[in-house]
Amino acid sequence: MKHRLTLRDLWNGFSRQIWAVGATLLVLFPIYFMVVSSFKTQAEYIANKWGLPHTLLLENYTTALAGGKFYQRFANSSILTVGSVTISLIIACLAAFAFARMKFPGKRILFNLILSLMVIPPVVMVVPLFVSMVRWQLVNTYQGTILIYTGLLLPFSIYLMTNFFQTIPHEIIEAARMDGCSTLDVFWKIMLPLAAPAVITLIVVNALWVWNELLIALVFLQNDDLKTLMVGISSLRSRNYVNIPATMAGLTIATIPIVIVYMLGQRYFIRGMTSGAVK
Amino acid sequence: MRANKIEPFLFIAPALAVLLLVFGYPIYRLVVLSLQTTTQGKQAFVGLSNYQIIFQDDVFTLAVRHNATLLICVPIMVIAALFLAVLLFERIRGWQFYRTTLFLPYLLPITVVGLVFSYIFQLSGVLNDILNGLGLKFLALDWLGSTKLALPTLMFVIIWKEMGFGVVLFLARLMSVEEELYDAAKIDGANWWQLQWNITIPQLSTVIEFFTVISIVTMLSWVFNYVYVMTGGGPGHATMVTELYIYLMAFQYNHMSLAAAVSVLLLLVTGIFIFLELYLRDRSSVMEALG
Repeated sequence: MKHRLTLRDLWNGFSRQIWAVGATLLVLFPIYFMVVSSFKTQAEYIANKWGLPHTLLLENYTTALAGGKFYQRFANSSILTVGSVTISLIIACLAAFAFARMKFPGKRILFNLILSLMVIPPVVMVVPLFVSMVRWQLVNTYQGTILIYTGLLLPFSIYLMTNFFQTIPHEIIEAARMDGCSTLDVFWKIMLPLAAPAVITLIVVNALWVWNELLIALVFLQNDDLKTLMVGISSLRSRNYVNIPATMAGLTIATIPIVIVYMLGQRYFIRGMTSGAVK
Repeated sequence: MRANKIEPFLFIAPALAVLLLVFGYPIYRLVVLSLQTTTQGKQAFVGLSNYQIIFQDDVFTLAVRHNATLLICVPIMVIAALFLAVLLFERIRGWQFYRTTLFLPYLLPITVVGLVFSYIFQLSGVLNDILNGLGLKFLALDWLGSTKLALPTLMFVIIWKEMGFGVVLFLARLMSVEEELYDAAKIDGANWWQLQWNITIPQLSTVIEFFTVISIVTMLSWVFNYVYVMTGGGPGHATMVTELYIYLMAFQYNHMSLAAAVSVLLLLVTGIFIFLELYLRDRSSVMEALG
């Protein structure tokens, strides 16, 4: 069938673009507003709320970085993110290897049980975890919070890695076995290197989750020196006097790492996020 | 594989240990706690009276009703995401750019998003500035400050942030639908609506189910951040939700047992969806392969 461009096609293309552009503008406006406001003085912000700033004022950024223990909070968020993502990755890979390539009684039930934990909202666990953590003296410690995050990350991590390990052909493992590799050798030298793309996906998705998490951080790290970036940001709202442009500068700084990671690892992101449902 | 009997358990032992510490034991503690009360520093068993107390609390029933109201977001999100995914799937110019941008909100911290939106929706905020500029003064309302509008405004922000996931999910699935299906139907003279109704929706049914379940669970139990950052449950109790109720009960009023009772109820409700979720997953290929 030969296709001729008709007026109707043109109109269809045009109306589709309008929908897409409309949705995109709606998505981008708050981000635009945040970035633009961060370059304005307070007076300029009040006079001109959504236009471009007259000058690229950097003062708000120095204010945001100077006040409110910014570096400390940034460091705390980083420690928690790196710690829990690393530990959960190692533990999840070990378990996933067993689920994907070993036979043992109760495997299916156990795997289902772990999967079902994915849906449990953290808020349900906060009260009993707090009671337990007080008893174990782990409130207001990095270790305690990392333990909780690791636990919350595990179900999805085990699911994703099991899924991936299944795609690695049996023959490769058998061949390695013939060469005298132990199970642990097979795991370290063959499975993990082959799973690199899945591992990257997992790191990116999990790191983002921990970086953005608020509730657990709020409850388990109440000591001012231990507060995370998101907890620090969330407390800005309740202040009576707020320097909006400086706040926006702080928000922009907190968002930049995420946007960079997203831009670099976009395909890993989309794969990771959709792996739960799309085969 | 010639693995011995203990070996698999050595591999899953660390995971099991952490999961027991973070999920297993606390869930047991949670149930026990919800049946107890603390009097003069001592725990005493009180049966279901904590549950009776919370059901008599108007704030709790209000919170539950608000969570139910949030469910309105689910069909809106599913339909809008489906529409946008189909739009991008038809390879309109720049579809990859659109996909990247539409997914962006899903990745941003709710804390940041919530704060930015609370400045946008302020009485003297940008939105009202723009509305006034357009001569629509009557529409320039106190979006987060009025009891009537606060919840719908919150819903808008939730949709804004969560919808991109649906778009990407649906688009990813659409990409694997065989193109011939569409071509054949077009030759038969099907119009655009018929194509979507007869091909897109049936082909996407599993991901649509998945996204719907995930979104329902989100509305019932993952909206704490939005409320905490944007309204704190106010004005009055206009945006009080179950999660915030648990948080305030436990950490502001120090009624751990009451908070535990609400948590148990929320766990039971999500439990229903866990089963739904498992049922959906059971049909996917992982489980088949695991055997």
